[in-house]
Amino acid sequence: MKVEFKLNGKEVSVDAPPMKRLLDVLRDELTNTGTKEGCGEGECGACSVMMNQELVNSCLVPVAQCAGADILTVEGLGTQEDLHPIQQAFLECGGAQCGICTPGMLMASLELLNKNPNPNETQIREGLAGNLCRCTGYMKIFDSVKKASEVLK
Amino acid sequence: MDRMTLPPEKPTSPIGKAIPRKEGPRKLTGQAKYIDDLDFEGLYGITVRSTVARGKIKDIQFGQGIPWDEFTIVTAKDIPGKNYVALILQDQPFLADGVVNHPEEPILLLAHPNKYVLERARQAVTIEYEKLTPVFDLEESLKGATKIWGDDNIFKSYLLEKGNIESIWSQAELIIEDEYHTGAQEQLYIESNGMVAVANAKDGVTIWGSMQCPYYVHKALLPLFGMSEDKIRIIQTETGGGFGGKEEYPSIIAGHAALLAWKSGKAVKIVYDRAEDMVATTKRHPSRTRHKTAVMKDGRILGMEIQFIIDGGAYATLSSVVLSRGTIHAAGPYHIPNVRIDAKAVATNSPPHGAFRGFGAPQSIFALERHLDQIALKLNMTPEDLRKKNFIKDGQKTATGQTIHEGVSMEALLDRALKHTDYHAKRKQFTLDNSQKKIKKGIGFASFMHGSGFTGSGEKYLASKVGIQVTGNGRVEVLAASTEIGQGTNTVFSQIAADALNVSSDFVEIFQPDTKHVPNSGPTVASRTTMVVGKLVQSAAIGVRQTLQTKGYLKESYSEEELRQACIKYVKDNGDLKIIVEYQQPPGIDWNDDTYQGDAYGSYAWAIYVAEVSVDTTTWETKVDHFLALQEVGRVIHPVLAAGQIEGGVAQGIGYAIYEKVRWHEGRMINGTMTNYIMPTSSDLPTIEVLFEEVPYEHGPRGAKGLGELPMDGPAPAILNAVAMATGQQIKSIPLLPEDLMRASL
Repeated sequence: MKVEFKLNGKEVSVDAPPMKRLLDVLRDELTNTGTKEGCGEGECGACSVMMNQELVNSCLVPVAQCAGADILTVEGLGTQEDLHPIQQAFLECGGAQCGICTPGMLMASLELLNKNPNPNETQIREGLAGNLCRCTGYMKIFDSVKKASEVLK
Repeated sequence: MDRMTLPPEKPTSPIGKAIPRKEGPRKLTGQAKYIDDLDFEGLYGITVRSTVARGKIKDIQFGQGIPWDEFTIVTAKDIPGKNYVALILQDQPFLADGVVNHPEEPILLLAHPNKYVLERARQAVTIEYEKLTPVFDLEESLKGATKIWGDDNIFKSYLLEKGNIESIWSQAELIIEDEYHTGAQEQLYIESNGMVAVANAKDGVTIWGSMQCPYYVHKALLPLFGMSEDKIRIIQTETGGGFGGKEEYPSIIAGHAALLAWKSGKAVKIVYDRAEDMVATTKRHPSRTRHKTAVMKDGRILGMEIQFIIDGGAYATLSSVVLSRGTIHAAGPYHIPNVRIDAKAVATNSPPHGAFRGFGAPQSIFALERHLDQIALKLNMTPEDLRKKNFIKDGQKTATGQTIHEGVSMEALLDRALKHTDYHAKRKQFTLDNSQKKIKKGIGFASFMHGSGFTGSGEKYLASKVGIQVTGNGRVEVLAASTEIGQGTNTVFSQIAADALNVSSDFVEIFQPDTKHVPNSGPTVASRTTMVVGKLVQSAAIGVRQTLQTKGYLKESYSEEELRQACIKYVKDNGDLKIIVEYQQPPGIDWNDDTYQGDAYGSYAWAIYVAEVSVDTTTWETKVDHFLALQEVGRVIHPVLAAGQIEGGVAQGIGYAIYEKVRWHEGRMINGTMTNYIMPTSSDLPTIEVLFEEVPYEHGPRGAKGLGELPMDGPAPAILNAVAMATGQQIKSIPLLPEDLMRASL
């Protein structure tokens, strides 16, 4: 099945089985491997992307659902030379360790800050509760989101 | 080349500063390439595993409806060399040959160009077994009535003795005995295991993958293929967490991918999905510890008899060394005149348990720190007074007879931690309030130490090597097999090298761990990377500087640009400059492998962890409200990374204590999904406050010790001690789930 959608601001067209996971389409067909698979059952949030400005687990989204959608992945945030303020905050505050939950965590942070530019710690905790991190104990991620919210204000 | 030749630290030194994580930008932009991100042409592999815990393989049937001629199929018969995973013993096969000893044991490998057909093919393989009697329980294994491994089911025993334990029972005013249990725990790195292999007779075997220890994989593949060392090449790709879980098991996956690549002549990728990773790979060893303690009414401990048993699963793997660390840490940071520790690792028919942060110490420390709180209660003393009576002090000897001279006062650490948490006032207030309330609060702590580096003569035998090479473009590169797995190896090594060279850390590059290009700096385990390998990085960097200076390329004092030009000119004139240094045991370390006495570790990190909890007596849920981790770890090289290690370890420790339960059925984990095995989320954890004290260790780089495993040791006993304060329930087993606490309380 041919599906057209917008990925990180660019129109893309893929030919894939309709039930193929958006995660796999991003990684295989579109070679955007920044989005990671952690569990494949919507539990860990490593594969989180923005779909029409809403956070989704891309392992739970069949690509057929994406026709005409606007998808944002970590590749659309910033570059190594020009990091997005959230990425920069994660770099400065130690919000990324092994890096595998990071792309999803960045997308969840983005959604949180889009909806609530000035979250308190409880709101940050709730906003990120769908994204598991085994390295940091989350403390440095909270610091990163707080820092990003200050910069983005 | 030691610290004698290192000038005092300059204000510009990156040591102690929170420089950005070296590989941070590529991780933050999705550009870091983990194994499953690598683009490759070839086949995908999958593993057919045992469905029974113990049995003889009678027949293997390939079912209808699968085009089997399209598949590469590998069994034990296809192995070109020896069918054992070289590690410590040679009892574990890469592929079961005739018998299986645990559920999920690899029997057969399949590869196909289309990854989506593999699962159906795996399901279509039917294996018939003649079942043998399995053993699932540690106690049953210990009895030895059913023999499943060797003569007696025992992988390893240690008997550690200090003083004369038998002489003190009659002198004791009180003898206190109890038994403690800890469960298995899944490492749950978010990147599951994976490997890519290319293998043929001409070029040998090349492996790319997620791993902690490239040279362990290298060692394991040598006998598997019967090739010379230079024919096996192992490359670590970006690794999404390890925590010990990628210490030994990656050797098996690498071997499997290589066997499929060997037979098919094509590159083969094996990436486990989460379920396979959880049920088939290693977990923390379950344990049972018995304590019998002789005490005086004033709190002095005269002697401790400890029996420490861990469940190793079906093969020996690393159980002997996990047992060793657990045994040595079993008597804690206390001066006990008479000690006997009888320790055993036993076999059961479950997948082998393996390395996990702490490596045996969290198990034995949980038992000890719970036991001490119980002793305090029986003596009508406070937990802090009991510990203060018995803390080890400089000049006194540990259970292995090691004289401590670290200049660290556990008593001062304890006072600071209790003051910082307002412990005494809270204890009083909680006691007052609890009788009136349904939600009961408690505060508790644990005192402990954790040895840095390999145990005993381990570092001497490892004889780790690190290189630093000067590149033609005027940079220096660190050559080490120590891997970046999230903990900060790249950043810390660049800080240490930059400090020794008196430049900024940007000047230093870290070479990708690749056995073809980097020397064997040992495994990335045992809280050894910063302290032991970092010291070698420092020495090699000093060697580079001195070489450039003695050969006239560099003045005594120089700018970063002058060093850059000196490097460029040196390489132009002479070709490569590569300095390789090898570990030399610091003076004064003496260890006897036969008696298990002596200096178990070059240095220890020391800690007091304090947990505050609420227990809801309606739901029996325990929540940790606040956590303080205070530790002495020598010089802190990078404050943000160091705190990040502690916070992450504490989070895993909280999971170990009250959330993470591996449920077993006939030797198999039956809750092998992230939905059913509960690790802490951002909503579950308290604020984790981290405080450091820094007493420099003279043989660590700029005084650093190891800290990676330490934070795993303290949370479980601190939390359960707090639960005991809150509820009066003396829980002796973890994980403590609400139903366990309810059962104990009703």
